[in-house]
Amino acid sequence: MLVPVLQDIQAEFRYLPREALEAVSRGLKIPLTRVYSVATFFKAFSLTPRGRHQVNVCLGTACHVRGAVNVLEKMQKALKVKEGGTTKDMAFSLDTVNCVGACALGPIVIVDENYHGQMNADKVEKVLENYT
Amino acid sequence: MAKLKSVEELEALRKKIVSQRDPKKTCITICSGTGCHAHGSEKVAAAFREEIARRDLASEVDFRVTGCHGFCEQGPLVVIKPDNVFYPGVKTRDVPAIIVNARDKNIIQRLLFTDQKTGEKITYEHDVPFYKKQKRLVFGNNGLIDPAVIEDYIAVGGYAALARALFGMKPDAVIEEVTRAGLRGRGGGGFPTGVKWSTTRNAPGEPKYLICNADEGDPGAYMDRSLVEGNPHSVLEGMIIGAYAMGSHEGFVYVRNEYPLAVKNMQTAIEAAEKRGLLGKNILGSGFDFSVRINRGGGAFICGESTALMASLEGQVGEPRAKYVHTAVEGLWGKPTNLNNVETWANVPLIINNGADWYSQIGTRNSKGTKIFSLVGKIKNTGLVEVPMGITLREIIYEIGGGIPGGKKFKAVQTGGPSGGVIPESHLDLTVDFDELTKVGSMMGSGGMIVMDEDTCMVDMAKYFVSFLEGESCGKCLPCREGLQRMREILDRITEGEGRNSDIRFLEELSATLMETSLCALGSTAPNPVLSTIRYFRKEYEAHIRDKKCPAGVCKKLKRAAAVK
Repeated sequence: MLVPVLQDIQAEFRYLPREALEAVSRGLKIPLTRVYSVATFFKAFSLTPRGRHQVNVCLGTACHVRGAVNVLEKMQKALKVKEGGTTKDMAFSLDTVNCVGACALGPIVIVDENYHGQMNADKVEKVLENYT
Repeated sequence: MAKLKSVEELEALRKKIVSQRDPKKTCITICSGTGCHAHGSEKVAAAFREEIARRDLASEVDFRVTGCHGFCEQGPLVVIKPDNVFYPGVKTRDVPAIIVNARDKNIIQRLLFTDQKTGEKITYEHDVPFYKKQKRLVFGNNGLIDPAVIEDYIAVGGYAALARALFGMKPDAVIEEVTRAGLRGRGGGGFPTGVKWSTTRNAPGEPKYLICNADEGDPGAYMDRSLVEGNPHSVLEGMIIGAYAMGSHEGFVYVRNEYPLAVKNMQTAIEAAEKRGLLGKNILGSGFDFSVRINRGGGAFICGESTALMASLEGQVGEPRAKYVHTAVEGLWGKPTNLNNVETWANVPLIINNGADWYSQIGTRNSKGTKIFSLVGKIKNTGLVEVPMGITLREIIYEIGGGIPGGKKFKAVQTGGPSGGVIPESHLDLTVDFDELTKVGSMMGSGGMIVMDEDTCMVDMAKYFVSFLEGESCGKCLPCREGLQRMREILDRITEGEGRNSDIRFLEELSATLMETSLCALGSTAPNPVLSTIRYFRKEYEAHIRDKKCPAGVCKKLKRAAAVK
């Protein structure tokens, strides 16, 4: 029950607020330490608010072999955040993901639910423009 | 909609569905797998629906979205039934012409697939070189069904295996059949499925649980995703048969967090099967109950490991435990639990329908059946391929895969994900088989097959895999937690021009420690990519360390050198 409940909270608030975790602890009768332990173990959860747009750069093996690292570096420069961070204006959060199963289109960047395939460093700015 | 209460009712329904479908009627099908989605197939599908409606052609032309066809490089894929005319890379502007020509049984030459070797146009799907050498036993139905429509699955023979098992076979006989067929786990372990089922059945304790492992964490592997998205009923049917054989009444499908479409399609399938009485209470009126729930992963690779998966299902952190006692005996909540991979479950209806004798004719002596691979990386025909065990790597890469793009030279193929190893050109005539792949320092794994060319740096690949595993390590045991970090630091130094002469030996020593003392297979197989790249590409390591050069030109801090002879 715990992981699905946290997933719903993450989807609703774009992060796991402390008050929510305390409510989960009371509601499911699980010690808060265990709730935090699970909340910090899984990559799907964030304890700090995420941006309005979630940018995921795929670093799966097939994308890596096709140069995904260059895409990530350019993305970090363009957004001025490092992997795992959120832009100051809360517009974008940047994360990496290990394989979304669209290897034919690699390197791939997913923004929210949109797949941007055959990426290279030069295409990064254009992709981001779609969301500003 | 009344639930089906007997085999007769199921067969009557099947007959009715088939009789309402004209096999000669033109049907335009489009692949709706994630790969084609990313190519824009949704827009094309919408265009087809609109245009057929606008021209009022529904009585002459059917339209169906289907599961993944596998040829992801060429999406969006459109196949015109019943003749199987194949149109790759379809755009919305092609839609009106396709509809009209399909109705008139004409072929649009300019839209056909062109064979890159011969320059010929190829009309039919089965003649396309990518498909020719495949044996699409498990994956084949993907192209015939809309995964959200249970009637499509029933029309192609779905749930007949379940009926046969429930009413024509005792549970032990089902296990016997799966054992005799020689099915081995498709998730990477290759453990004999029949033996696992037998252990679970005989384990003391109630209730017994069933799990479908759809966590598919190996980067570069997406076969399971396409099966769950494209033909979820085949997986469900396998699970229900297994549940009957082992005496389980509750099952879970654990789907990776990054697969929202797979979750959606499996949920639709579960609800549809329940409505029809094929899942839930009193299945097909047999008195047997089995229900299935979906659980989503939380973004942790380690949760693909069976004990870690079960821990996360229980609401704990995904840390594995030592497996002195198998999970088949004590698993979820300490009860007997049978966990199998998606593809393993999907093979079960095939075995029950056709028999162990038929199944065991396919493949090699110790590896029966087919395997679905995701052929990706530096390869012309990227996609999902299903081949019989015993085919050679060379056939897969060159005849199905079309070889290396850009005129580049093949360097190695990596199988088994982060637990596997690289296989160089000298072993390309190796037959694909669980044991053969292990002999050369790799493994079958879940099915990822990553092709690399002369521009891939093997030291960088070793660093990539070790970094990946370092990030995914749960941290519970010291060898993995500390050892992977140390290995990554060494590989960082080597790729940044600060390698030392003792580094290779040090990597080998650390590898031995991890292999012998890690708690779970993440740690114990982590050295494989490192050891296999050292085994086959030692000169490349030496170039990095001694000459401070990266022959492939990848490691930015080192100067590009001429190819190491």
